[in-house]
Amino acid sequence: MSYRLLSVDKEELDISPPGLKVRNYFGLSDCSSVDSSTIHNRVQDGEKTSNLNFKATELRLGLPESQSPERETDFGLLSPRTPDEKLLFPLLPCKDTAASATTEHKNVVSGNKRGFADTWDEFSSVKGSVRPGGGINMMLSPKIKDVPKSIQEERSHAKGGSNNAPAAKAQVVGWPPIRSYRKNTMASSTSKNTDEVDGKPGLGALFVKVSMDGAPYLRKVDLRTYTCYQQLSSALEKMFSCFTLGQCGLHGAQGRERMSEIKLKDLLHGSEFVLTYEDKDGDWMLVGDVPWEIFTETCQKLKIMKGSDSIGLAPGAVEKSKNKDRV
Amino acid sequence: MALRLPSKVLKHILSFIDSNEDRNSVSLVCKSWFETERKTRKRVFVGNCYAVTPAAVARRFPAMRSLTLKGKPHFADYNLVPDGWGGYACPWIESMAAKSPYLEEIRLKRMVVTDDCLERIAASFKNFKVLVLTSCEGFSTDGIAAIASTCRNLRVLELRECIVEDLGGDWLSYFPETSTSLVSLDFSCLDSEVKISDLERLVSRSPNLKSLKLNPAVTLDGLVSILRRAPQLTELGTGSFAAELKPEAFTKLSKAFSNCKQLQSLSGLWDVLPEYLPALYSVCPGLTSLNLSYATVRMPDLVELLRRCSKLQKLWVMDLIEDKGLEAVASYCKELRELRVFPSEPDLDATNIPVTEQGLVYVSKGCRKLESVLYFCVQFTNAALITIARKRPNLKCFRLCVIEPFAPDYKTNEPLDKGFKAIAEGCKDLRRLSVSGLLSDKAFKYIGKHAKKVRMLSIAFAGDSDLMLHHLLSGCESLKKLEIRDCPFGDTALLENAAKLETMRSLWMSSCFVSFGACKLLSQKMPRLNVEVIDEHPPKTRPESSPVERIYIYRTVAGPRMDTPEFVWTLHKNPEIGVSKLAIK
Repeated sequence: MSYRLLSVDKEELDISPPGLKVRNYFGLSDCSSVDSSTIHNRVQDGEKTSNLNFKATELRLGLPESQSPERETDFGLLSPRTPDEKLLFPLLPCKDTAASATTEHKNVVSGNKRGFADTWDEFSSVKGSVRPGGGINMMLSPKIKDVPKSIQEERSHAKGGSNNAPAAKAQVVGWPPIRSYRKNTMASSTSKNTDEVDGKPGLGALFVKVSMDGAPYLRKVDLRTYTCYQQLSSALEKMFSCFTLGQCGLHGAQGRERMSEIKLKDLLHGSEFVLTYEDKDGDWMLVGDVPWEIFTETCQKLKIMKGSDSIGLAPGAVEKSKNKDRV
Repeated sequence: MALRLPSKVLKHILSFIDSNEDRNSVSLVCKSWFETERKTRKRVFVGNCYAVTPAAVARRFPAMRSLTLKGKPHFADYNLVPDGWGGYACPWIESMAAKSPYLEEIRLKRMVVTDDCLERIAASFKNFKVLVLTSCEGFSTDGIAAIASTCRNLRVLELRECIVEDLGGDWLSYFPETSTSLVSLDFSCLDSEVKISDLERLVSRSPNLKSLKLNPAVTLDGLVSILRRAPQLTELGTGSFAAELKPEAFTKLSKAFSNCKQLQSLSGLWDVLPEYLPALYSVCPGLTSLNLSYATVRMPDLVELLRRCSKLQKLWVMDLIEDKGLEAVASYCKELRELRVFPSEPDLDATNIPVTEQGLVYVSKGCRKLESVLYFCVQFTNAALITIARKRPNLKCFRLCVIEPFAPDYKTNEPLDKGFKAIAEGCKDLRRLSVSGLLSDKAFKYIGKHAKKVRMLSIAFAGDSDLMLHHLLSGCESLKKLEIRDCPFGDTALLENAAKLETMRSLWMSSCFVSFGACKLLSQKMPRLNVEVIDEHPPKTRPESSPVERIYIYRTVAGPRMDTPEFVWTLHKNPEIGVSKLAIK
């Protein structure tokens, strides 16, 4: 049965079309040398097709029965055609040979990145949550108008568990998939010892998203559970120690190896990564410049950036982890 | 000329057919069968309240007595759907009030129900008997009071995990003073105290009461008093199961339970004090369903209880049961059909969840009738999955939640592809599947190839590329509901398999890489799908290539819906953004 919006032969789809590459969404352009070899392995591994008939397996956008292979005509569905449309379908392969696997991959990755980076540049001055490049945005906390319910749960839950501990209670929306009803009920029974009445947000839990270049998903931390930069820093280290630069692209598996040698802290010290935040005006600043209280009041979100990306940010102490408890 | 069955005969035949799936097939045979079927269908099920208009339903099924409606997508349970998205019951109630006044039963799931709505129900349906609200919100105990006081023939009133504005326990006193026809009452999700005397009186004048689920505010004393008045209960949800330890309290409780000789299902058990658990021993041998998922009790106490439950078919428990406890379940509860193990610390960072894959393997080996599994744990192995598939090919529902996203097989460091391949291949009757852990596109190739009966599939943090989605949409023939979050696929597979979406009830995708442009294109080309982009930031402020936050696509014959909030974009709402002309009905 044909379910397609495109015209592609059925047979070709039985095999995994080599034209449709495994895309490295977690990769950054730096890692390409590592990734392309991996991806090569993946593509070749298991799939028996030696005859790479790219043309036949090419997935195109087009009306049924349309024989036009040109992308231009296909894009005619969306007119007027803007340069952005090229980015619309970055996954469609070039009609070239297999040799272009690596370059394709690079193009795609950078294409994707361009899309995100463009977005980011465009909106860096706009107050709003902008999706950081390269990673999957997992933090879709519904911050839409009044959505007290979900925030409440997270607050009461976090409060219940992490009253005195500086350790981060990482929050990811909707994960693990447990019904809010159950979460609330359990939060209320575990937090019976605390002052918190469940359901009511404590004196403003202050959740900010924390993202890291190359990490596949974001985390959230409650700034109110910390009293100084040092605590925040160690919490973040713990949270992100599994997503270190060397593991870009190979999500999970290799990333999980005991990376005691390369810890986030070391990277931060070595200024490979810097911790930055977006303040109320939408500017990205280096963390550590301002007193803690002011920081908690103005910080909208946190980002662990690569040192090179942070050039040009508001000057300040790069080594935020050398603390200096600014209370 | 084909033999035509007289409609009277057909009617009689159809009176034996209850399953709506069968009835749907009957109605496709020919026009006269369609007509006869629709005039005789009493129980109507609408899986998506926006797929069809209330008027159309009322028109088609004049004999409707029972209506079941579902509103928000399933991921709303996990806070992925912002408040205000929709799923309002009112239009349905209004329409039914006008057109189907003989309606007796209403069951709603994940819908927004207001007090007005409830009052309307109470006022409009003279013979109203059954109200079941699951995961609903938007109403208060005032609405419940209206139902209680006005529906004289009320038999079932169940509020399951609803969010209710609790204005106090008075609503209980609104039931008719003379005897009630109550068979089932569930107010376990309400917060505030109810007067025990009200409850006692209600129970005393409800001779048909079989199922009663109390809220946590009811104390053990209260429970004892209720049980004394209702020893005929078959289903009981206790209140709080803790109290100051007093020997006479324990004895009274024990005695009360031992008088309940017909008790088959037990739930509630909030704040369990383990010392009170032995009071339940007398009912254990008869229990078929036990929900200990709120009972923070350690393994030894759990095992003491469970080893007495030889007839148990359904067990919900927390991971405090540990692998060892599950091993005990495997040896004592041979009739087990459904197992759910919930995490006691529902936290991403919790690394010491006491159950491992071994626990599930034990149960799979020991309980031959096991067909439904929901299991939370930190990590898993391919070997375990393969064993489970081999031992339990009769699995119908397999939901595994490996809490750490992207967690591979922790022994071999490989993705869990092989394991889920075994599940898909081995469990041929699998109807519902949730996958987790590190999974590559291969896993979905296997699932697409083998899981031919899977109707509902849930995926998070998995896959490598569009191939993943492509395999699923082109392979899973029976797929009706697909929900995906945080997976790295984009437009291609979705557009490629667009027509498949009309054969499904719905598709949910959040935090993937589907672009706004693709959503527009899909909307334009597929008028019988509602494509909703649910995004904090209106898509028109971003380039078309940028991914949207959430997409909800569902087939519908009702056309675009008119009650979308600001943050939901549909093509209908913003036709100026679409480009080509579009037939908007």
